Amino acid sequence: MKSTILKTASSYLLPILLLFSVFILLRGHYYPGGGFVGGLVAAIAFVLHSFTHGTENTLKLLRTHPGSLIPVGLGLSTLSMLAPLFSDLPVMTGLWFEEPVPVIGMIGSALFFDLGVYFLVVGIVLTILFTISVYSE
Amino acid sequence: MLIAVLAGLIISILFIPLGKYFKGRLSVTIALLPIGLFLYFLSFVPQIADGKTFSFHYDWIPSLGVNFDFYLDGLALLFVMLITGIGSLVFLYASPYLKGHKYLDRFYGYLSLFMASMVGLVLSDNVLLLFIFWELTSISSFFLIGFNNEQADSRKSAMIALGITGGGGFLLMAGLVLMGYLSGTYSIQAMLTSAAMLKGHALYGLILFFVFAGAFTKSAQFPFHFWLPGAMKAPTPVSAYLHSATMVKAGVYILARLFPVLGGTDYWTYPLVIVGGFTMLYAAFHSIFRTDLKGVLAYSTIAALGILVFLIGIGTKESLLAASAFVLVHALYKAALFLMTGVIDHETGTRDITRLAGLRKVMMPLAIAGLLAALSSAGLPSTFGFIGKDLIYEATLHTQGIWSMVLTALALITNVLLLYAGFLAGIKPFSGKLPEEYSHVHLPHWLMWAPPLLLGILGLVFGCFPFLIDNSLVNPAARAIANARIDASLKLWHGFNIILLLSGITLFLGTLLYLFRKPTAKGMAELARFDRFSPQTIFAKSALWTQQVATWYSNIMLNGYLRVYLRRIIVFAVLLLGYKLIVGGHIYIDWSKVSSVDIYDVVVLGILIGAIVLTVVTPSRLTAIVAMSVVGYCICLFFVFYSAPDLAITQFTIDTLTVVLFVLVLFRLPPFLNLANKRAKTIDGIVAGSFGIVISLIALQVLNGPVNHEVSEFYGDNAYKLAKGKNVVNVILVDFRGIDTMFEIVVLGIAAIGVYSLLKLRLKPSEKE
Amino acid sequence: MELLLILLIGILYASGIYLLLRRSMVKVLLGIMLMSNGANILIFLLGRITKGKPPVIDEASKIFTDIYADPIPQALILTAIVIGFGLQSFAIVLLKRVYSIINSDDLDDLNTPEEEDI
Repeated sequence: MKSTILKTASSYLLPILLLFSVFILLRGHYYPGGGFVGGLVAAIAFVLHSFTHGTENTLKLLRTHPGSLIPVGLGLSTLSMLAPLFSDLPVMTGLWFEEPVPVIGMIGSALFFDLGVYFLVVGIVLTILFTISVYSE
Repeated sequence: MLIAVLAGLIISILFIPLGKYFKGRLSVTIALLPIGLFLYFLSFVPQIADGKTFSFHYDWIPSLGVNFDFYLDGLALLFVMLITGIGSLVFLYASPYLKGHKYLDRFYGYLSLFMASMVGLVLSDNVLLLFIFWELTSISSFFLIGFNNEQADSRKSAMIALGITGGGGFLLMAGLVLMGYLSGTYSIQAMLTSAAMLKGHALYGLILFFVFAGAFTKSAQFPFHFWLPGAMKAPTPVSAYLHSATMVKAGVYILARLFPVLGGTDYWTYPLVIVGGFTMLYAAFHSIFRTDLKGVLAYSTIAALGILVFLIGIGTKESLLAASAFVLVHALYKAALFLMTGVIDHETGTRDITRLAGLRKVMMPLAIAGLLAALSSAGLPSTFGFIGKDLIYEATLHTQGIWSMVLTALALITNVLLLYAGFLAGIKPFSGKLPEEYSHVHLPHWLMWAPPLLLGILGLVFGCFPFLIDNSLVNPAARAIANARIDASLKLWHGFNIILLLSGITLFLGTLLYLFRKPTAKGMAELARFDRFSPQTIFAKSALWTQQVATWYSNIMLNGYLRVYLRRIIVFAVLLLGYKLIVGGHIYIDWSKVSSVDIYDVVVLGILIGAIVLTVVTPSRLTAIVAMSVVGYCICLFFVFYSAPDLAITQFTIDTLTVVLFVLVLFRLPPFLNLANKRAKTIDGIVAGSFGIVISLIALQVLNGPVNHEVSEFYGDNAYKLAKGKNVVNVILVDFRGIDTMFEIVVLGIAAIGVYSLLKLRLKPSEKE
Repeated sequence: MELLLILLIGILYASGIYLLLRRSMVKVLLGIMLMSNGANILIFLLGRITKGKPPVIDEASKIFTDIYADPIPQALILTAIVIGFGLQSFAIVLLKRVYSIINSDDLDDLNTPEEEDI
């Protein structure tokens, strides 16, 4: 797309949208939001950037191929799922730190699970869309 | 014990795939397996003769009641001795017979598999285990019968044999499971205690039907007999093994084994006596018209099986004793005759009786074997066959009233005909003048003529000295069948009585028949006229019809058009669900459960329906995609109105991404094609519309029903207490039902990998049209 | 309102099926999407609809003090939407791939001649 306004805007929109997506992710346990939605918003941020700057530039910005986020996310979710095993609890038991952390609130294994979902969704959506867009050009 | 049963299986697993590396060197060595087993089981003989039995138990799938339960009693021992004993001879015999054959090792693989499954079959106490071995014998005999797989009729015979015995096995399983279910145990020995209950049960007839179906198909009883002559396409050692001692006797074995549990009633006796009696007459009659040596033997085998079924059907102590003895008698002489036939075929290249004569001049030991076997089958005094025949007459004479006359007459006719068949096979090829063309024939490798000779001599030895086997093998077997004490001592000489007279008549008539009737091809041709009505033709035709009906049905139902399948499925679902809905009569509207409508609901709904209609009717792809996204956003609004903020955000983002996806791809796709005509569109419209109505009605009906929020309330109450979260939807996703989410993201990952690989995949030039 | 949603579900299913029965592959794909939307709303409706009470606990309290919308259908639908996206993207790519090979959007062109012979 050739629109200069959109191009400039999207450069600023990318970090803002990413920040927003992290915000959605973190508040997910208490208010509407969560890993799925957060991941989708983050993916949209990158897709918008790729529309204006071209997919190659977005891939450069990401440094790694988005596909590599899939195992990261899956691993994080699996780990948080299996973590209770180390303290002799059934799989997927929620583990929580005693004290709340400022801004984020309570931190527990569920949060890491959601974080895994977040990475995974970003990885999957971007893999699909970028693969298609690269091959459509 | 477990090792003894499984040894053959293990060896066959090694031999079938790896055999080609042995290059035939081990073929004689492998005969050590049956010989070893024979000796192992021989060591049990003294203890079994004393009336002991052995049980062995190994867990396999205890939760399903399937265990390696083995039970060794007289009956099992008799069969196991035959299987391993004759097996040893066949293993040795096959080595020179099939010398240089490309697949000799594979042959031994199949043969050991078959032997192991037979051994397992007769030793199993658990009916499910028994069924597994039963099926294994069917499968391994399929490979053996179709061993010459480059011949079309060999393959066909193997298919028929598998079809018949496999079908029977299926029915047998039904019977066995039914028995197990009713008696609460799968062990045959344990079933003995509920024998009376089973016999009185309403399903007794059904059980018998299933068990008989299995036994009759396996033991080639009329009208399932025709697979057995067809199975003569197998290499002769296989025929000798399958039809003398093992495969076909399995049906007899199961009848004998289940006799204490199911037998002794009228429902048991009449079908068995009638079918067995008819089979023995029919087959004995057929056997004398054959000119192919193996054909003669095949039909006389069927007749002998008929006799066995008949005897077990009668079910008296005498008849069961006769059956046990006759199993042994028949196995000895029939195996000898088969092996002898194999030698003749191997050396002269023909099995046509009308052409064979005078071979005694070139193959003396074989002629002796043939003579001994024929005499034993004829039941000449001082052969084992004589004792067997005596016992049969004794059994038929000891039945009640008029029956004894009828049954004895039946047995007499059969025996006369069988005697003729035995002479035809065992004596005819060796007597008379040696034709010029066979003068060069010479005796083969000693491993080929020694086994039939040994079997023939054994027949003579057991005949002269019956005390060798009466208490060690025959009595314990009869005891196991009758589940009662039987201590008959087999004697060659009973004194002058009616039985001796009958034997004499049999001999006299049979010999007369042999002297005055010469086998010709004409008889065969005469008989062939009746082929039209034979069960074999009916079986072949019904197979053909089944195929035709299947083809016709497939042509109608599976025409290769996806949407036609889909349309049928939907129409069927509409009819079924619609019928239920109308008959159920639950279609009404419960106004008390309906909430009020706001103006913005109606507006959004209007836009939504408009967008849907546009999606369906527009001829432009871009319009369709835009309309599609409008549908998605409107639904998103509904989620906002009706307290589902998480859904609303997700729907919104996904919708956006879907539009992006379509836009990326769709410009490279062709424009919409207007392919359907008006008629097709109308039909599809009606089908789709009625499905929509049915779905709406179902939704309406569900709304009228009660709703259970128990689970939701649990999640709602415990979201904060247990999972420290306040957004219940999110808590469900990441905590309560976290494993579901885990699998969901795995599925998504797979979809992503699929997309990636589909696009990265480079087609070969040949695939690109 | 429930009745209107029932009507909507019927329309979504009917139009989805109608599109599924078309020969054009793109239309088939649109049909699948319409039907999955219909299914989502059906699930949503079966949990009963509640206006303006999201299943989120108040900031101040630890359990629900008021009635709230059923969270289970929502969790189910959320999963369904995301999985549906995976399905759609895979189907679109498959469609594109097929098009690049047989150069046609017509499902009937996928049939090989042998199959038509039967």
